[in-house]
Amino acid sequence: MATALPQEETALLMALRDGDEAVFMAVVEAWGPAMLRLARAHVSSQAIAEEVVQEAWVGILRALDGFEGRSSLKTWAFRIVANVAKTRAVKESRSVPFSSATVDGEEGPAVDPDRFQTAGDRYPGHWQTPPEPWPEQRLEAAETRNAALAAIAGLPARQREIITLRDIAGLSAEEACNALAVTETNQRVLLHRARSTVRNALESHFDAAEDR
Amino acid sequence: MRFRLRKKPPGMGCNELVELVTDYLEGKLPPSDVERFEAHLEECEACATYLEQILQSLAVVGALSEETLPQGAADALLAEFRDWKRARD
Repeated sequence: MATALPQEETALLMALRDGDEAVFMAVVEAWGPAMLRLARAHVSSQAIAEEVVQEAWVGILRALDGFEGRSSLKTWAFRIVANVAKTRAVKESRSVPFSSATVDGEEGPAVDPDRFQTAGDRYPGHWQTPPEPWPEQRLEAAETRNAALAAIAGLPARQREIITLRDIAGLSAEEACNALAVTETNQRVLLHRARSTVRNALESHFDAAEDR
Repeated sequence: MRFRLRKKPPGMGCNELVELVTDYLEGKLPPSDVERFEAHLEECEACATYLEQILQSLAVVGALSEETLPQGAADALLAEFRDWKRARD
């Protein structure tokens, strides 16, 4: 019964403007979970995140006829979600406004420095405690997924936004920059921090399970 | 069982490589660094494992997009869509 999402941007836009419910639901199905996660990066509960996504969609639909295609429809839609979520977060006064969050945990190494050999060792800068391969068959387990989710939830807001847009929603680097109004370099730094943190969390997750 | 370095991998330190992984995957590493990065990977099993784990992490995170929206949320959005259609007619 599911209608495929038109791959072609113009076709998608036309179907939505025509009020095609099946296409609309296909879009909601395809983008909705990532939109919820993006909203959830800013607000304190899942219920509020759902409200944010709904409010964003009202805005998206209202502006749809005027959409000029300067960015992709998806980028534009996610930007609206991000903006509604930020406005809501300010109202909730849970987080600082996006633009004033400058440093936001961007610094710090990808891997604990203690895991590398130091000046007195044989090969300074090389692994002291190298990563052990992960159990392949457990990558798709629900607990693994939950460990990744918890790691993402614990990230600073901007990192959470970037990793949500890039690695969950599947936006390109350029699209994510447009959606969040960050520079390309900054986007990459945030993505690097976020991905490193998720890897570290999964490593701890597998280590802990092994010790059990 | 612990992995042991038999010899020093060339090009860059492992601690440098882990910081360049994202630039490498994003295609933003200068060609000379790409060469050093890949030369190191060929010799260093631990860093190859590290890169593999970053890719595995990406797959785990990417799979989160396959979740479905709560039914209530989807219904609410469809209702918004119908309101919007009515308002334009």
